[in-house]
Amino acid sequence: MGDKGRGWNLGLAGLLTPVTIWLGLFFLVPLLLILAYSFGTSDVYGGITLGFNPSNYLRVFDPLYLQIIVRTFFIAALNTVLCLVLGYPLAYFIVFKGYRRRNILILLVMVPFWTSLLIRAYSWVVILSGNGIANKFLQFIGITDEPLTLIFTPEAVLMGMVYSYLPFMILPLYASLEKFDTRLKEAAKDLGASRWQTFWRVTFPLSMPGVIAGSILVFIPSAGEFVIPQLLGGSRTVMTGTLIQTQFGPARDWAFGSALSVMLAVLLLAAILFYVRRVGTDKLGGM
Amino acid sequence: MQRRDTGISRSRFLKMMGAAGVAGSTLSVLSCQPNTSATGGGGSGGGPEEKELAFYNWSDYVAKSTIPGFEEETGIKVTQDFFASNEDLLGKLQAGATGYDVIVPSDYMVAIMIKSDVIQKIDKSKIPNTKNVGSNYMGLSYDPNNEYSLPYQWGTTGILYNKKEVGELDGTWDAMWDPQFEGEMAMLADSRETIGAALYKLGYSVNSKDQDQLAEAEAELKKQQPLLRGYFASTEVRPLVLNGDILLGHVYSGDAFLALSENENLDYVIPQPQATRWTDNMCIPNGASHPDNAHKFINYILGADVGAKLSNYTYYNTPNEAALPKIAGALKDLPGYILSPDVFQRLEVIKDLGATTRDYERIFTEVKSA
Repeated sequence: MGDKGRGWNLGLAGLLTPVTIWLGLFFLVPLLLILAYSFGTSDVYGGITLGFNPSNYLRVFDPLYLQIIVRTFFIAALNTVLCLVLGYPLAYFIVFKGYRRRNILILLVMVPFWTSLLIRAYSWVVILSGNGIANKFLQFIGITDEPLTLIFTPEAVLMGMVYSYLPFMILPLYASLEKFDTRLKEAAKDLGASRWQTFWRVTFPLSMPGVIAGSILVFIPSAGEFVIPQLLGGSRTVMTGTLIQTQFGPARDWAFGSALSVMLAVLLLAAILFYVRRVGTDKLGGM
Repeated sequence: MQRRDTGISRSRFLKMMGAAGVAGSTLSVLSCQPNTSATGGGGSGGGPEEKELAFYNWSDYVAKSTIPGFEEETGIKVTQDFFASNEDLLGKLQAGATGYDVIVPSDYMVAIMIKSDVIQKIDKSKIPNTKNVGSNYMGLSYDPNNEYSLPYQWGTTGILYNKKEVGELDGTWDAMWDPQFEGEMAMLADSRETIGAALYKLGYSVNSKDQDQLAEAEAELKKQQPLLRGYFASTEVRPLVLNGDILLGHVYSGDAFLALSENENLDYVIPQPQATRWTDNMCIPNGASHPDNAHKFINYILGADVGAKLSNYTYYNTPNEAALPKIAGALKDLPGYILSPDVFQRLEVIKDLGATTRDYERIFTEVKSA
């Protein structure tokens, strides 16, 4: 501990160089490029003239696009809440009731990552289609005579998103609950707290870092989602990601697409900051 | 715009998913590679070319025998890569990607590529098989003298439907607005094709730049949207109709023919008063490393036998009249494969609309999120 953190030591600098170059080249440079493009002017054939053209940002305030952005944030927030409500009990169960099977159970949570999201989304199309297993089953148990419309609806999009992002919620919750000292629960019990009180006043507050990390990990990518609305929503649930993709694709308007991307990033950052301020810091400090 | 996607039977689906992944990764590698054998863009460079060719195509859009046949005949080793949309292809070339020798852009994209100066002129004296191409498929508006492009495959865009369930359609676009098929219809997730269908229905041109006509088309599409299951790629519409999930689907002809060959209850109609015909074309990018080989390849594709085998595999129409007699009977006899002159003359070619493209995209976004 000779040089107390602040000082540069050669070994550390050497270790940090590759990652600095990596992030600089493949994260910072593209990000700056997007920022530069967002103030450029798209020509008709997909090229961009750089300059200072704020009109791309003004176009974001078109009611059509604003409505899509608002909807995107609503869907992402709903997805986050659903993942938390579904994921918390599971993480809790694995940590406190999983005993020696903990590792196997948490491995099972990660199993879906072994297949590409695209394949899994297509599988849902097969499962939920008119002649799919889901409808066959519902008809078999007599809930319906005619096949139900289960796919290409906003509900299907939400279901697909919860399915895809649930592990991102469970894993940080698990990591956070795993560190929990069970003696605290015993202490609470000894002091006369009910199980309900113990959970809300001891366990849950101490798992806040996991809740926050999980929420952020779910919220950010779901706000940028464009594959699931396309595959499971029949393209009728238009999200900001879809809109950005359109600008970089068929509309050949990279400047506007970049402005939309920057706006999405800024709004996400603001939402996260607000969330962490509101829910987070004191709880994080309590750890 | 993802003008075209290729015909994929369900059995071929998983293979394609894998290929798409591989394509993605190999492409990113390829585009980073320095152009090791740049003999000077135009191809007029000194000595003979290496025995190599890079073919950049839509996935699953070439017959199994096509590439091995060329390699055997010429000794030229072919590397294949795949793109997913015309815009991806354009983006790659505009970013300065080199190393592709033959590419397959659709019609309107050829016009854009000529204007953006990313493809080179073709020397037709090196492609004697040009004579096999039917006059209907030469001299189209996007490249009036075929200086830059020769056709690869072509097709129409129409309605695939379950004739057994809905009876014979009246042959107009109105069917796709019929409330009795609510929830049983799908349109293409392609702004030009779907707005185009509304424009055709109203009696206007698919290439309309008239804002009043576009507003009328938008109103039509907003009426249609609640009746649909959604907007899809043509390859996605085909299984929906085949499996009975929907009754009517807006598709490219290749997907329709694949479906018809699997289920005799289906039918394909090229609606009145007008419908789209599209063409995918072979072009040589400016940065091609092996332009001579590219000419040989284009000539090979336009051969009678090769052309027939190609279309017998893709289920798309061939522009190759010498190949036509060799098209499999099962394909040739399907409704809408061989077109009578009066059907052919009411087909329109989608043109690039320049800045109006963005109006189309905005309208389509507005319709989808209505």
